[in-house]
Amino acid sequence: MKRVDHAEASSHFIKATKHLEFHDKRLWDLRQKRDREAEAIPEWEELRAAASAIKEHTLSHLAEYLEQFERNAVANGMYVHWARDAAEHNQIVFSLLEKHAAKILVKSKSMLTEECEMRPFLETRGIEVVETDLGERIQQLDDEPPSHIVVPAVHKLRRDVAQVFSRTIGTDSKNTEVAYLAESQRKDTRPYYLKAGAGMTGANFAVAETGSFVVCTNEGNADLSANLPPLHIASIGIEKLIPRLSDLAVFVRMLSRSALGSPITQMTSHFRAPRPGAEMHVVLVDNGRAERLGMEGFWRSLKCIRCGACMNTCPVYRRSGGLSYGATYSGPIGVIIDPTFNLRKYSALPFASTLNGSCTNVCPVKIDIHDQIYRWRKVIAERGQLPMVKKEAMRMAGKVLSSPKLYRLAVKAAQAGLDYLPRSMIYNPLNAWGKQRELPSAPKQSFREWYLENR
Amino acid sequence: MKVGLFIPCYVDAFMPEIGVATLELLERLGVEVHYPLDQTCCGQPMANAGCHADAALVERQFLRCFEKFDCVVTPSSSCAHHVRERKNLHSNCLELSEFLHDVLKVREFPWARFAHRVGLHVACAGLRGLGLASTSEISGPRFSKPRALLERVRGVEFVEAARPDECCGFGGTFSVTEEPVSARMGYDKVNDHRAAGAQYIVTPDPSCMMHQRGCAERLGIDLKFIHLAQVLNGAPE
Repeated sequence: MKRVDHAEASSHFIKATKHLEFHDKRLWDLRQKRDREAEAIPEWEELRAAASAIKEHTLSHLAEYLEQFERNAVANGMYVHWARDAAEHNQIVFSLLEKHAAKILVKSKSMLTEECEMRPFLETRGIEVVETDLGERIQQLDDEPPSHIVVPAVHKLRRDVAQVFSRTIGTDSKNTEVAYLAESQRKDTRPYYLKAGAGMTGANFAVAETGSFVVCTNEGNADLSANLPPLHIASIGIEKLIPRLSDLAVFVRMLSRSALGSPITQMTSHFRAPRPGAEMHVVLVDNGRAERLGMEGFWRSLKCIRCGACMNTCPVYRRSGGLSYGATYSGPIGVIIDPTFNLRKYSALPFASTLNGSCTNVCPVKIDIHDQIYRWRKVIAERGQLPMVKKEAMRMAGKVLSSPKLYRLAVKAAQAGLDYLPRSMIYNPLNAWGKQRELPSAPKQSFREWYLENR
Repeated sequence: MKVGLFIPCYVDAFMPEIGVATLELLERLGVEVHYPLDQTCCGQPMANAGCHADAALVERQFLRCFEKFDCVVTPSSSCAHHVRERKNLHSNCLELSEFLHDVLKVREFPWARFAHRVGLHVACAGLRGLGLASTSEISGPRFSKPRALLERVRGVEFVEAARPDECCGFGGTFSVTEEPVSARMGYDKVNDHRAAGAQYIVTPDPSCMMHQRGCAERLGIDLKFIHLAQVLNGAPE
């Protein structure tokens, strides 16, 4: 499978200056709002530590909590299904829809269903799937995956949305007013809630002690999707478990503050049992999570609550856009999760980082993100997935830099090159440094030479 | 006090004036400085690229030069970070400003004067790796060791960029393999400095400096760059 070329994709993103500037500014704005919210809570760092501890505890007792959740959910009147992988998940969902003769599925945003590529699977089987989250709907209508896990269409300008909507739902392409666009999508989506045979949500948290799950949203679309159709299916990754309802007190305080810099989401909906006459099904999905849990050095990525704070703060993400990662998950959390799905395909992603560590600092559950990025690079090199050029360059560098003699010769050669070569030869297409930057000028002597002369 | 002076490869080759300033400053402060002549590099570029076997060769050479010293000092925070974080390399390798601030506890630089509007850039490895300063992500008391030192230099007027601790995009091999994003980050950084009104960027990290200077020169932005060691050593204005 072809390796995703993040650098190449990012160069196109950067060329669209207006988009780049908006994208960077918008996400940095979220980051700053997050800072203000975090600063307003004196115990923020303690909350992070508590959230991390709860998640690590749960993950290290995951089987017990999953079974406890299942027992309690079933006792509440839900149906619980187990899906080993994406294929099983999609099949379970399709079977349920078939059984209920549902031809239309309204759904709220779920990264898990993106991960399982559920939409195309269902669509080829005659199901109409309607995303009801505004951003997600924009992306669906434009036939693009979400570029951000919280704000799926953040890489688009208003005028892009106006274009998509005029093409697909018949809005006035010249009207780029946010209120007009949002209202148009709302009007377009509403009838689907009434027609749909089934509704789907994800879950932000699944509570073992109560057998309930919690969905945090801002648009109300998840509640409509869940509560209007006669069938509610919730797709939940097995890492979403938390032991007790009281643990939510920690996470709910952190989720929206980290994500959008708002104190809480507009809706925090608890689903405990189907309403009379309706059915509620939970699909618990592994899809590589159990294997990840066994990966020393990487399992802590499962603590993620999908707030996107690491993406908002990431200077690389803000300047390359989510789609440049060519994967379901982008940004810092993406580059440490994606290789677990396909090491070769995503082998360039852990190098799309300066290891600056800002992601780790904002993570509400204290995932050691940049340390994991560093570790992935080693795994990628060891498994022979580095590009040949880089591998050879590092081999040569290792050879030269481990020998004082060779090193001194190299210093001389580099200085001479900078000194004597004409500019046109130094700034050639092979010199990536020099495309947009000047090289340092060559000094008369190295430090070592100076030292020998002066000390 | 006897310390080993580590002048990283790229400083040795391209920015010897930073090495000279570091050495002179330490000598001026009464430190017994030893410069092992067979030193090359700490192995960071290879290790950051995932090539740990290649790095190990270089690290052995580093150890041959520095294992006899109780303390190693270097004017580069990412190198200090690498040396310190690696198992069995050198757990007491200090970046220059933390050595001055924490070990020597120097608070006066009577010989230094630097009458300019200064933007301070602390490298991410120094900031979030070595803890040289508080970061904008973590709430709590604000501090900055490099700034505490620089504040004692007469004439310095600080100006603050809008995003003072956002990464400038150097990132080692990242600067080449992810050239488009790296350069854009560098451009944004120098523009941010300029917008804040800085005349000079002072930094304890030569690698960020090399990158940002390269960006500013290409953009034709009138911004000068100087290493913290040079300013503290009383660089001529």
